[in-house]
Amino acid sequence: MPQNAEKIKDHVTLFREPEYKDMLRNKRDAFECPHSEETVREVSEWTKSEDYREKNFARQSLVVNPAKACQPLGAVFCASGFEGTLSFVHGSQGCVAYYRSHLSRHFKEPASAVSSSMTEDAAVFGGLNNMIDGLANAYSLYQPKMIAVSTTCMAEVIGDDLHAFIGNSKEKGSVPKEFDVPFAHTPAFQGSHVNGYDNMLLGILTHFWQNAERAPGTSLNIIPGFDGYCVGNNREIKRVLDLMDVEYTIVGDSSDVFDTPSDGTFRMFDGGTTIEETKAALNAKATLSMQEFCTKKVLAFAKDKGQETASLNYPMGVEATDEFLMTVSKLTGKPIPEALRLERGRLVDALTDSMSIAHGKSFAVFGDPDFVYGMCRFLMEMGAEPRHALATNGTKPWAKKMKTLLDSSPFGKDCEVWPGCDLWHMRSLLNTAPVDFLIGSSYGKYLERDTGTPLIRLTFPIFDRHHHHRFPTWGYAGGLQVLVRILDAILDRLDADTSDPGVTDISFDLTR
Amino acid sequence: MDHEYTNDREFHEQVIEEVLASYPEKTRKRRSKHLNVVSEGDSDCGVKSNIKSMPGVMTVRGCAYAGSKGVVWGPIKDMVHISHGPVGCGQYSWSQRRNYYVGETGVDTFGTMQFTSDFQERDIVFGGDKKLRGLIDEIGTLFPLAKGITVQSECPVGLIGDDIEAVAKDKAKELDRPVVPVRCEGFRGVSQSLGHHIANDTIRDWIFDREKPSDQENAEKPFESTPYDVIILGDYNIGGDCWSSRKLLEEIGLRVIAQWTGDTSLAELERAPKAKLNLIHCYRSMNYISRHMEEKYGTPWFEFNFFGPTRIEQSLRAIAEFFDDTIKENAEKVIAKYRPLADAVIAKYRPRLKGKKVMLYVGGLRPRHMVSAYEDLGMEIVGAGYEFAHKDDYQRTMSHVKDGTLIFDDVTAYEMEKFIERIRPDLVGSGIKEKYPIQKMGVPFRQVHSWDYSGPYHAYDGFAIFAKDMDLAINNPVWGKFKAPWVEA
Repeated sequence: MPQNAEKIKDHVTLFREPEYKDMLRNKRDAFECPHSEETVREVSEWTKSEDYREKNFARQSLVVNPAKACQPLGAVFCASGFEGTLSFVHGSQGCVAYYRSHLSRHFKEPASAVSSSMTEDAAVFGGLNNMIDGLANAYSLYQPKMIAVSTTCMAEVIGDDLHAFIGNSKEKGSVPKEFDVPFAHTPAFQGSHVNGYDNMLLGILTHFWQNAERAPGTSLNIIPGFDGYCVGNNREIKRVLDLMDVEYTIVGDSSDVFDTPSDGTFRMFDGGTTIEETKAALNAKATLSMQEFCTKKVLAFAKDKGQETASLNYPMGVEATDEFLMTVSKLTGKPIPEALRLERGRLVDALTDSMSIAHGKSFAVFGDPDFVYGMCRFLMEMGAEPRHALATNGTKPWAKKMKTLLDSSPFGKDCEVWPGCDLWHMRSLLNTAPVDFLIGSSYGKYLERDTGTPLIRLTFPIFDRHHHHRFPTWGYAGGLQVLVRILDAILDRLDADTSDPGVTDISFDLTR
Repeated sequence: MDHEYTNDREFHEQVIEEVLASYPEKTRKRRSKHLNVVSEGDSDCGVKSNIKSMPGVMTVRGCAYAGSKGVVWGPIKDMVHISHGPVGCGQYSWSQRRNYYVGETGVDTFGTMQFTSDFQERDIVFGGDKKLRGLIDEIGTLFPLAKGITVQSECPVGLIGDDIEAVAKDKAKELDRPVVPVRCEGFRGVSQSLGHHIANDTIRDWIFDREKPSDQENAEKPFESTPYDVIILGDYNIGGDCWSSRKLLEEIGLRVIAQWTGDTSLAELERAPKAKLNLIHCYRSMNYISRHMEEKYGTPWFEFNFFGPTRIEQSLRAIAEFFDDTIKENAEKVIAKYRPLADAVIAKYRPRLKGKKVMLYVGGLRPRHMVSAYEDLGMEIVGAGYEFAHKDDYQRTMSHVKDGTLIFDDVTAYEMEKFIERIRPDLVGSGIKEKYPIQKMGVPFRQVHSWDYSGPYHAYDGFAIFAKDMDLAINNPVWGKFKAPWVEA
């Protein structure tokens, strides 16, 4: 009997017991009508070939293991960055269950949002009544300060008009007339979650700024963009901006709502940009986006309102942080303090100490467009060589910008850029043009298993490791975190490769 | 193990009143029909069920797609399941149900992959059928060992008037494999439940009634029926559940010719009608196909329960009753064999768990099915609710819960929070969306959809893990650290 009350085996070891192994072998042979082991082996080998790669890249319609989500996820994430704000997603209810689960699995935190629960009758008659009842219920139950409305693809396909519906709901008394209900149409069949973020933020800013008069001030707006590391990163940029004595507003700050304490109270809402701050952000001198490809529309709107605008691409490492600080300095006129110069020196010091470790190592990187850009840039700084840069939601302009970045360094010259490709494409790339390490999200673990390329988890979503997002990846301090993660992965691999006693352990060095 | 207790009826009734007070009038009226306190002897739990969720209340429910792709079809390992529509549905449900299987993923099995047509605006405007044809061809090229394909419809498919059935028929002929169109658009029905039903119906129509069944028979080893052939229905092999159940059934001398749908192959789907008895674990998600097989093939079906030793013993004996004396004797032998394990687990954990109060909010089965496993450990169920149960589930629940138990159907996040705040159970079992809010309130929690990344929980092997997990959830030292020591009580 494999199980034992003293030492209880769970799924990890239980099914390796002979009773289970025999049972499963017998199940396969007697009942599954499997392909022969030889056939499976042949096909398995073929999936690693150049021929397979060619066929794989010839796909026109099928998407396999994409690294992107749909617009409303970005909208729900975006709305979470405003104080007391409840996301209300108009359309089918299952979608909202999915967004909440997805965010909770990454952050290990509550993720609250409501749905208008549209069903077949709403598909025929439109979802106005769902909006009227839904806003009333959400308002009285959860007492939010603001309700941010976005849409699932169902509502988009039938063409529900959010502006009119919200107006109607207010007429019917669902929420007070003066209650803030910004909205954004977020069709799942356009772009990805990064566009949903852009659209929702545009909806919120339009709501507060549209009919307001701008009184130009001196403050700086920072837009973080869709960032699974928002907890660590937003706090890090606040620390840096405080050191610079900059007057600023983080427009959409989810760092508290996704990091509430365990002290006996469940906080559905916590922290975030207040309505007053959001209104006042119109008067900012400039708006700086930390992620260009998350904020195209928002930046155009801010510019249209008379603000200076600038954007970065997920600033990791020395140069990107330099650029961040110098941009802030330029926009605000504030000098970069000595404390930050010392921090910079410490990161450069760490890079110097460890240069022999990452230098020349090859990497594949996947994730959202700005992350991939920022990651490749930092890798090249270490003397590492990105070889495959892939973003399922990457566009042609992104690919062009990536090319320019990669061409700027000898360490990037062998890197190819793969916009619109998925992780099944990546599988072919890793099989036919192998690299030393893979950087991406938890979804990369299947590539690690299939191709033997060790995965370093550094971007959303991370489901199978805990708490990394609580530490920053931006700024010099964040750069150090990222560097250590990469060095650990390289050195762990080196130890594993040199640990066979009497065979490979001649290089099992104590000091490395 | 019999465990006598009752719950505080008056208190629970008062809590319901308090919770309802926060709703607007119309919603209060509607929600009041979904909350109740049970009285022993009632024929059902006295709540309305399987009706539309109120908008804006934060229902926990999912959709028909989740019920079909996520629950019933998704675990069938040697077929490719296409999430047909925009990218999100397939992305959020990718690998999240932990339906374990054996196979080489991407080569002969496809369970933990995300296949999608990733609809773009042009597909909405011009229709997605052409793309669907193209992508089925591409699956044929890149995944030659796939035994078949299912098309899991997302919302837009049904709204734009695509004819996925026509595509499926053509492609099935061309590829000489089943291609199953499933109309499980998320706006259909009120929850996952209709998706289960639709998925069951498509197995009936597109697998059982396929004009040309696939050639699954090996000429050298043709399938031969035996009098002991059974199938397990409604077990999705979460964390390996179906395997620990299968092992027990094999030990009493039965031959499990198919397990639906955890770790399932197309061959097992096709051969299911050859069973002598259908054993159904999750009644809610697979009673439809059980009834169909009974009607069409005359196969009797029996609802069994492998959660906790009390129900396992009852179930083994009841299952054996369908067979000859050999099986009956085997059942007794197996019960005797595992009794020491069950007793040792109970001896170890019952003292640590006795009297602890549990609240369950799960899908359509577990809020009743798991009750006795908790009671075996001396724990008490104070409240139970279902996301998507029907009237027959609430009838079946009555034989599992004690007088005064709080019942909640399609509970809202608001109600759940208030119930927990007032009742302060020692453990809540529910899903990922509920886990973190409840833990932050200082209440121990276990996910009981995914087994919180543990499992199996079924059968004797699983009961030991279940007991260990409930103990670690409740007795972890962290619960004593919520209050800073310098803060006055």
